Amino acid sequence: MTEAPLGRRLCELTRNVESGGYRIFSVLDADGPEPAPGQFCMLATERGWGGEDGRPYLARAFSVAGAEGQGGGVRLDFLVHGVGPGTDRLASLEQGERLWVTGPLGIGFSGPRELAPDAAGAILVGGGIGVAPLAIWRRALLAAGTPTRVLLGYRDRERSGGLDLFDCSEIRLASEDGHAGHRGYVTDLLAVLLEGDDASSAAVYACGPPAMLEAVRALCLEREVACELAMEAPMGCGFGACFGCAVPLAAGGYMRLCVEGPVVRADRVETALVAGSGH
Amino acid sequence: MGAPASLELCGLELSHPVINGSGTFDAIAARGVFGDALLSSFPFSAYVSKTITPEQRAGNPPPRLWETPSGLINSIGLPNRGLDGFLEGDLPKLAELPVPLIVSVMATSHGEFARLVEGVSPRAEVAALELNISCPNVESGLVVGESPEEAAALLGLLRPLTEKPLIVKLTPNAHPAPVALAVEAGGADAVSLINTLRSTAVAPGGAGPWLGGERGGLSGPAVRAVALSQVAEVADAVSIPVIGMGGIARGGHALDFIRAGATAVAVGTESFRDPGAGARVARELAAEVDAEGLESAAAARGTFGQRGPDRPENLSQNP
Repeated sequence: MTEAPLGRRLCELTRNVESGGYRIFSVLDADGPEPAPGQFCMLATERGWGGEDGRPYLARAFSVAGAEGQGGGVRLDFLVHGVGPGTDRLASLEQGERLWVTGPLGIGFSGPRELAPDAAGAILVGGGIGVAPLAIWRRALLAAGTPTRVLLGYRDRERSGGLDLFDCSEIRLASEDGHAGHRGYVTDLLAVLLEGDDASSAAVYACGPPAMLEAVRALCLEREVACELAMEAPMGCGFGACFGCAVPLAAGGYMRLCVEGPVVRADRVETALVAGSGH
Repeated sequence: MGAPASLELCGLELSHPVINGSGTFDAIAARGVFGDALLSSFPFSAYVSKTITPEQRAGNPPPRLWETPSGLINSIGLPNRGLDGFLEGDLPKLAELPVPLIVSVMATSHGEFARLVEGVSPRAEVAALELNISCPNVESGLVVGESPEEAAALLGLLRPLTEKPLIVKLTPNAHPAPVALAVEAGGADAVSLINTLRSTAVAPGGAGPWLGGERGGLSGPAVRAVALSQVAEVADAVSIPVIGMGGIARGGHALDFIRAGATAVAVGTESFRDPGAGARVARELAAEVDAEGLESAAAARGTFGQRGPDRPENLSQNP
């Protein structure tokens, strides 16, 4: 994985555009290294961090959705959706304003062959804001010539962003309100795919809300399909200092998701329904 | 800007006055994240380990964190590998750090506390021990750090077991000065404060506590004024060095704690927001010392208690 520079650094927001109810952020990281797909950064605004009621206080964790070398540094893309004081403040940032970036952090995705020796392709399963890390991973898989299918699910039209980060023609969509693609869950699409003959030769990569991840985990474990989950847990620091992002392990005890994840093998965790995630 | 001034803290040579609060910076995990830059630019002048307990602990069930106005409640539950795991697995890695190592220990009985001190203290890699006494003594049911008698009894047991400096971490959940005086009389070499303030949070949209461990400890800028007051009170009471902490996020805050009587300061929760915070606070402190025309940070120590001739009489009035 890519090592992070020690300390946070001020970076300029070069893009903040609307995308299906979310915001696509681009940040110019003049000194930072290029992250590995699945890694994340901790973000906080330079100004106005700690507004009404003294919050936000801690930085917030965001998966890297895209990265590209630019002018000696790297352009980092993130998908942002305002759901609380931190994400609301970030979403309101204007182009040219600056934010604190720590990262890239964590362990990203493993290649399909690392997950299963006979894996011939990849199936990416994303839900909501969780489509972000799958966008950068898909690009890497394509560059490596790995056959890749993309299944994305959204609750409703108001929260259906990030498609712009993908090539839409290759995506199979599901939506709970039926506004696009299959009416229902993205895991319905995955279940059908895994019925097929090639299921045993696929590696599944999923990111999304806890309930979706748990459904993907159960499907893949039942069908013995190799699977990695990009998980979420409330993180205080992102680099193993605070021990806040505890995720229960199948073998007992906990791991710190920030340093042992956020991408973890589905069979390693006891559940994807981690108390406190999604807040 | 002058270079951060070196100092001596109960026999330890520190290159600047800023260390870390126990449990707020995992140097082993951080080395994995930041690589060897962590060693060449280590943020602190001494490293205080996460608290180790006699046996391995998994820690509390999640959720473990709750963000508050300008702060954070944590209910982590002291996950650690236990004494044997620490000595075999962690200590060799911590010995590679370029600064003195202070090992934090906690137990719930005198016998177990003695086992920790006897296990950790002989190791050459260990410069000093910090006693985390924010725990109940199962034999008396009293929280050691909230009872001067309990604290004195513990020091009476542990002091003869080691020649190495013993730093006692004081809790803010009881009047700290009597406990500080008790451990000073018992032979402690320094005290550090504050630990976190007991606190809790209600789960959103429902009854009951949010935290898996139900109660937690508050830290961050939210506690700074409380910490400053307690540091001033303890520093006034004892003659051993005081390590001050609680919401320090900038050099000016560090200087405030030194003015209140601290010899050294610790950065804790601010490191969560900025992994390089310790070094930044040390740099900013040196700049503050220069800007104030002071010879060193030490020259400011304890000046908080000295009322100047032009000091306003109305102490409740903010500038």
